[in-house]
Amino acid sequence: MNIAKPNSYRSGPDERGHFGIFGGRFVAETLMPLILDLEKAYTAAKADPAFQAEMNGYLKNYVGRPSPLYFAERLTEHLRGAKIYLKREELNHTGSHKVNNVLGQIMLARRMGKKRIIAETGAGQHGVATATLCARFGLECVVYMGAVDVERQQPNVIRMEMLGAKVMPVQSGTRTLKDAMNEALRDWVTNVHNTFYCIGTVAGPHPYPTLVRDFQSVIGNETKAQMQEIEGRLPDSLVACIGGGSNAMGLFHPFLDDPSVEIFGVEAAGHGLTQLHAASIAGGRPGVLHGNRTYLLMDADGQIQDAHSISAGLDYPGIGPEHSWLHEVGRVNYLSATDDEALAAFQLLSKLEGIIPALEPAHAIAKVMELAPKRPRDHLMVVNLSGRGDKDVPQVGDILRGKK
Amino acid sequence: MTTRIDTRFAELKSQGRAAFVTYVMAGDPDPATSLEIVKALPKSGADVIELGIPFTDPMADGPSIQAAGLRALKVGMTLKKTLELVRDFRKDDNVTPLVLMGYYNPIYIYGVDKFLADAKTAGVDGLIIVDLPPEEDDELCIPALKAGLNFIRLATPTTDDKRLPAVLANTSGFVYYVSIAGITGAAAADANAVGEAVARIKRHTRLPICVGFGIRTPEAARAIAEKADGSVVGTALVDALKNSLDAEGRATAKTVNAVAELTAALAQGVKGAQQAAE
Repeated sequence: MNIAKPNSYRSGPDERGHFGIFGGRFVAETLMPLILDLEKAYTAAKADPAFQAEMNGYLKNYVGRPSPLYFAERLTEHLRGAKIYLKREELNHTGSHKVNNVLGQIMLARRMGKKRIIAETGAGQHGVATATLCARFGLECVVYMGAVDVERQQPNVIRMEMLGAKVMPVQSGTRTLKDAMNEALRDWVTNVHNTFYCIGTVAGPHPYPTLVRDFQSVIGNETKAQMQEIEGRLPDSLVACIGGGSNAMGLFHPFLDDPSVEIFGVEAAGHGLTQLHAASIAGGRPGVLHGNRTYLLMDADGQIQDAHSISAGLDYPGIGPEHSWLHEVGRVNYLSATDDEALAAFQLLSKLEGIIPALEPAHAIAKVMELAPKRPRDHLMVVNLSGRGDKDVPQVGDILRGKK
Repeated sequence: MTTRIDTRFAELKSQGRAAFVTYVMAGDPDPATSLEIVKALPKSGADVIELGIPFTDPMADGPSIQAAGLRALKVGMTLKKTLELVRDFRKDDNVTPLVLMGYYNPIYIYGVDKFLADAKTAGVDGLIIVDLPPEEDDELCIPALKAGLNFIRLATPTTDDKRLPAVLANTSGFVYYVSIAGITGAAAADANAVGEAVARIKRHTRLPICVGFGIRTPEAARAIAEKADGSVVGTALVDALKNSLDAEGRATAKTVNAVAELTAALAQGVKGAQQAAE
């Protein structure tokens, strides 16, 4: 495909929510007025210095930002190549980057007078972040989670319930993240009058991909300033894992117009790209699901296929529309890591740095293990450590002991 | 352009009665039985047929229609086979309007232009695509109108007066008023609230207005038919079909009749309605 290079990679979307051919607003009429309201409310909030100031206050004192940019000395020595920095999003309150976006959306919901919050969750990190902020602001919280994920991410289910949220196990379809999103949309259609849908990733109908990206861009903006302070220059490369792609977009977006920065997104290759996987760009093509046009895993009839990843947070047959566009214009390189590669990276980082990563960013670490040795010692590589691995300890423990 | 939909509503208007619109899922529980069911609908009193296109992720549908789609997909139903079903139906029936209802992705993947040409040839009269609001009219609505198919839009309780003109702008055939904010097969619609909503929409359009979501019984179908130009029933028919299946989800000797009998009872309800004065 021959696609013209834009003057800026940061100007999207257009007024109809399109990034190239991707994005848009493919939703039922019942939801359309709400989505237009949300767009209006977000535009007003963005222009309101009080909104930003209030958010910055919570980011600092409640979330614990800025998150450190940490030089991973022993991982760097081990790989004998690029100098590796970890953006420590796993140190945020609730244990992942998800809280950055949830804080923004909950503050928007409050501005819009919505008292009931719904969310979908895969690994449970977005659900936990949503349950946390609903507790903090006294809002009703309902989290939809695929029954398969409820099973494999028990620690997060317990956390959500302790925080006062109602967790609804979803039995329809493949009983994972995509079905949780279907069910959340069905709830939203039914409870439009009082409900705010807090989407966890850079997907869904416009304006969600944009507002989630904007709330997550704090990751990249901090990284830029921190690297300037530590090394006096820009990083040379960025690496992040991608399910829907919010942690990756948050890190990447502030750097898109810095041409010297190489950018790598890592999808979940599951059992391998010729078998069951969750790599929408590597193994999918453009289609329409959950309110947007984007790369999707599907069959010849346009039926959505089951994704598979060891990581519940990456187990989704689509990807955010802006990633699809960045792939087509060639600004970001999309790679993939298998379950086994992610497991190996999970163990390596735990043993070398004393940091147990979530299985999601373990996919990014797996590609760092390939990319870093091929780069010179003065190459600065940043990897987004988007979540901590506590939630995965029981599952990985079982796998390593040969139980599963 | 006059489609079978326009002709049928004009006939009904001259008879002074509302339309009975039935929904079933194409290929449920298998393609051959599904064809027999679709053929039985007009004979049992259906005035308009909505035929669901199976999709893995039907975001606006409740459990019954979700399950119907999965049953159809399990036996290998596709959009191509759905069009074949329409073509087979048209061999015996060239007057009953038939509308395909579903989600955009299977059509997008089939190819919009090819789909519209094949649908027209097969004998499809109109389309209801749940996830294509007016904001996305360039995708399928405008090309469908050019190809001579009606594009029937959903109006909902959240569609206010300010938004109605945009929703109605490229709508043709009829307007489908979704009587409740919710998914198919959910709570029952309140006939009085529906009457007010229909009156509100009528101030913006001369198209017939059919009402669906939440109508399950002949009594409810009649109550709605007294307030609108048509009553749509889907989930109740899909449930009747499902209840006739064997333990493995396969058709039995009762399946076609189960749908036909409920259709006849509902049609009696609609035909008994006293039409509100225009």
